[in-house]
Amino acid sequence: MQFWTSKYSFVILVAHMRSDFPLLQKQPELVYLDSAATSLKPQPVLDAMNEYYTGFSANIHRGLYDLSERATVAYEGARETVREFINAKQAHEIIFTRGTTEAINGLAQSWGRQFVREGDEILTTVLEHHSNLVPWQMLAREKKCALKHIDVNDDGTLREEQFLKLLSRQTRLLTITHVSNALGTIVPLRKIIQQAHAAGIKVLVDAAQSAPHMPLDVQYLDADFVVFSGHKMCGPTGIGVLYMKERVQEKLELPWHFGGGMIKEVHLKKSTFQKAPNKFEAGTPPIAEAIGLAAAMRYLQSIGMNKIRDHEKQLLHYALKTLGAIDGVQLYGPNNPAMQSGVLSFGIEGIHPHDIAEILNEDNIAVRAGHHCCMPLMERLNLPATVRASFYLYNTEQDIDRLAAGLRNVKKIFKS
Amino acid sequence: MNLYRELIIDLYKNPVNKRSMPDAHITNSGANVTCGDRVRIYIKKDSEKITDLSFEGEGCAISIAAASLLTEEAKGVLLNDISDWGPHNIFEWLGTELGPARIKCGLLALETLQEAVKKIKQ
Repeated sequence: MQFWTSKYSFVILVAHMRSDFPLLQKQPELVYLDSAATSLKPQPVLDAMNEYYTGFSANIHRGLYDLSERATVAYEGARETVREFINAKQAHEIIFTRGTTEAINGLAQSWGRQFVREGDEILTTVLEHHSNLVPWQMLAREKKCALKHIDVNDDGTLREEQFLKLLSRQTRLLTITHVSNALGTIVPLRKIIQQAHAAGIKVLVDAAQSAPHMPLDVQYLDADFVVFSGHKMCGPTGIGVLYMKERVQEKLELPWHFGGGMIKEVHLKKSTFQKAPNKFEAGTPPIAEAIGLAAAMRYLQSIGMNKIRDHEKQLLHYALKTLGAIDGVQLYGPNNPAMQSGVLSFGIEGIHPHDIAEILNEDNIAVRAGHHCCMPLMERLNLPATVRASFYLYNTEQDIDRLAAGLRNVKKIFKS
Repeated sequence: MNLYRELIIDLYKNPVNKRSMPDAHITNSGANVTCGDRVRIYIKKDSEKITDLSFEGEGCAISIAAASLLTEEAKGVLLNDISDWGPHNIFEWLGTELGPARIKCGLLALETLQEAVKKIKQ
């Protein structure tokens, strides 16, 4: 595509692309800087879901009639789209879940129950979102095993050298985020995963903040489990992905949900189960949402994940420069576009983040303020809360200019 | 609606009654964990009413301004009357209503005071 020949032509494309997002069309004054919480949805995603609901909204796998067959083909087609998007080897390595949270809880309750024993250790980091911490705390309590945490530096980068120190004969799992939702830190995972595998340890990667924003190749990464959500990547809510390596799937005896769609034979006292992925998808799955997620992935691919990453890098670079020039603004995190996604946490000296967010809202600027579901990280960095602006493909440098103007207004109101 | 009225900003920057009280008869702490607001209330009392009170804490402008106003208004008030206070009192003192996102900030000091009064009665 000749669109990508220069930064200027990218700006033209973003302007064009913004017309794909009905919410931006309805509210042209909105500066939406909360895509790390959830992204806006483009029309092709809504159309794909609408087509299912209005054209072939039958249940999958069971009906012997045309509509059901069409729904089954679309649902399994969505699985193939996901496989291709993350470059998994096999489509059955893709399991649809309700989201990242269900995927992690499900693994703690199935894989964790089967493979973790008393005295074992699970290794994680202080960067994690609560959803990649609390399920393991619960497992640790049940199994009487230990949870250990790799620390961060003050700039929010991982202290990688701690990994090998914390590793022990008892370690069973490393569960680690790919990108910090609070600070945007990109964690260099490949070497750590190689080291974990050399020590015979399984690895779970929380890709909720990376899958939407940069190329994700699960074979290159070589993690055993990779999880992410649809709604942060232009897809609908209520759907997520659990990638599980075939070899790991084969050894996992039981899923975390049981019911229809996942059984082979049921007797009054005993049942047998299907193979993956059906085994892990009890009940009627989110069919429309899977179709919507596939449409979202095709939409992102039509732009190109490398281009999206480059765009966010440029936006972050511009934001660091623009916000950094405002007196009293403190920027947290790596402050380096090479190792940071399009997420920028900041504060203004003497003004509480909630007040900042509320005043920005009066200017139609949507940001998040709080602990971002990362209380241990906030405690580690000695911050009660931060303001977080997060970017996506539809954001522009003008959005950042509006944010900067909004912050100057906050300072004016607070006379600081 | 302008939430950030002069009064609120002034009370945030120059809070009243914001000090510790080593000879307080009772103290109580409260927090809004999601926001990072924390408050500690100090109370001096006689048999039936509050004779003096102060607070310490950190938080947003709303929570600090509300704590300042509350500690002014509650001086000399009967312990029994404190439990009758509610959101409308806070709104009246702040001169503005608070939406669902900020009401917790506005009520933190009041709820912490009410808990303290409960402790006294027990």
